[in-house]
Amino acid sequence: MKKAYVLAVLLVALAAACTSSGGKDTGGGEEKREITINGAGASFPYPLIMKWSQEYYRLKGVKINYQSIGSGGGIRQTLAKTVDFGASDAPLSEEEFSRMQGILHIPETLGSVAVVYNLPGVEELRLTGEVLADIYLGKITRWNDPRIAELNPEAELPDEQIVVVRRSDGSGTTFVFSDYLSSVSQEWSQKVGKGKSLSWPVGLGGKGNEGVAGLVKQNPYSIGYVELAYAIENGMSYASLKNRAGRFVKPSIAGTSAAAAGAAPELPKGYESWAQVSIVNAPGEDAYPISSFTYLLVYRDLSVIPGMTEAKARALVEFLWWAVHDGQKYAPELHYAPLPEQVVKLNEETIRLITYGGKPLLQVPE
Amino acid sequence: MRQSLPSGKRLRGEPASPDILFQAALAVLAALSVLALAALLLLVLLRDSLPAITAFGFDFLLSTEWNPVAGEFGALPFIYGTIVSSLLALVIGVPLSLGIAVYLAEIAPAKVRAVLTPVIELLAAIPSVIIGLWGIFVLAPFVREHLAEPLMEHAGFLPIFSGPAYGYSVLTASLVLAIMIIPIISSISREAILAVPRLQKEGALALGATRFEMLMSVVLPYARGAIFGAVMLGLGRAIGETMAVTMVIGNSPKLFTSLLHPGYTMAAVIANEFTEATEDLYLAALIEIGLILFLISMLVNVLARLITRRYRRVAGGV
Repeated sequence: MKKAYVLAVLLVALAAACTSSGGKDTGGGEEKREITINGAGASFPYPLIMKWSQEYYRLKGVKINYQSIGSGGGIRQTLAKTVDFGASDAPLSEEEFSRMQGILHIPETLGSVAVVYNLPGVEELRLTGEVLADIYLGKITRWNDPRIAELNPEAELPDEQIVVVRRSDGSGTTFVFSDYLSSVSQEWSQKVGKGKSLSWPVGLGGKGNEGVAGLVKQNPYSIGYVELAYAIENGMSYASLKNRAGRFVKPSIAGTSAAAAGAAPELPKGYESWAQVSIVNAPGEDAYPISSFTYLLVYRDLSVIPGMTEAKARALVEFLWWAVHDGQKYAPELHYAPLPEQVVKLNEETIRLITYGGKPLLQVPE
Repeated sequence: MRQSLPSGKRLRGEPASPDILFQAALAVLAALSVLALAALLLLVLLRDSLPAITAFGFDFLLSTEWNPVAGEFGALPFIYGTIVSSLLALVIGVPLSLGIAVYLAEIAPAKVRAVLTPVIELLAAIPSVIIGLWGIFVLAPFVREHLAEPLMEHAGFLPIFSGPAYGYSVLTASLVLAIMIIPIISSISREAILAVPRLQKEGALALGATRFEMLMSVVLPYARGAIFGAVMLGLGRAIGETMAVTMVIGNSPKLFTSLLHPGYTMAAVIANEFTEATEDLYLAALIEIGLILFLISMLVNVLARLITRRYRRVAGGV
């Protein structure tokens, strides 16, 4: 026991010695010690940012340290300027935006929410936004309700009560889902509204995507919503939804990117408020209706953050540039949708705005 | 602790020495630092929940509305859920714990005792998230298929057993809690039963009592105080338990009447919503729930201490 312990301590010490001397070596002539950029926020993009962090460290030797503490924590830490960048699944509200002078929204990737169900014997399920909203309002309570049957003439819908499942924890997934229901159902937007946590009329609450997925898998005749990645990885059945163009589409990476492209012409500039931005129910033949951006939050002038140096600011800007360009290719393997061309262009404009003490930072690395 | 050392010495009638002064000073300092920590915690909770306290006042405790979108917050469903699930856990767990304690202390052969005692205590070491996972995958489906069905069928006329049942319910949460408090209650009770003087038990047997009568008339009354203290400690654990409960209770802030329906607890709502609470009032409301939880747990623990201390005095006098 004791020996192993001593050995472990020695190993750790050795590793520490190696990394610190390594850092000095690459430091070279000018003041270019290993740079660490700290970010915090949403858990939804965490796997992608981790992937970026690994790849970018290999590429440039810049460490991206991201803590997935939730959007709420990310916004608070960005407001307190204790991190170099924040991340949030929902855009800043008007109030938050006005409290954070000079904050920029940089959509970094896209996600979508799949409506999953557990209906023994039913292979395909088609739903419209209105029907989905009424199920979650508790107005449609049985699977063989005429309004569901009308959409699914081929399916043998059971005469069973619908077990409604939803998230219990505050989450960006719930925000997107309720944003969609609000946009398609007047009653939903008046009675419940959109938010990360809601006052749900009906349903069982599961903690996290895994909690909802578990509840749906275990309860026959249930319906729920999870991030697309969860639905795919757990082999769950998910419904086709009718999009604004009138077509029934299944959630997919292409459908999500299509939704963002459809909404792109109406997006604000990076320095404007994004509070009203939503790409749910977006126009476009192939657009999947429950899609959303997830955002990085960066101050326009980075010198406002205590401890920020010009070198670090430059490294952050270069990382952002890389993330919205080359970084996008890592999205699909992790079930995120890459940003469409128009949004990348918008981000380019935004990133060019970032300064350090008034000095522009970006020399476009071509 | 802070009193028992010096007073213990005096009981044995030793002369006072400078040692006692030193010990007393140390004990006072240690006690003060604990008090200071508790006070600090309370202060921070109070300060951070102030926006919610001023916005909702006393209504916070009575309102059933929990709507983060509209900015309306009331804690009643959570307080209610915490109390009901914890008490139900006691109803299920205490008889089992006492049975275990009596069996291990008085009835079990030495070999069985040597194996079972550590196993029961090991139960207390299982992380609650593991118990929660087991709750999701084993207990909840079991409750839905094998417990809720017969309950609804034969006792469904009682409002507390009305359907429909999904498995994720107050009953499931209470079962999970019962499993978590059994090790605490049973091991403290077992020690209290072991501490019953042999002479008293033999006296009862000599008077012609059966073993059962001896247990009921001598052992349990003698250990009563400690057992009650153990129950209160278990209750404290149940009230504060977060992870395992969140995973099986269904997380629905309603004033349920059926135990087969989902509910919500104070600890669970904090765990669920804290990370994504961006608005100040929302955050303050969650912290105020933390404050209430803190006060209730303190109260339960203080009660437990008072009761066990009284028992110790009585026992010491015998």
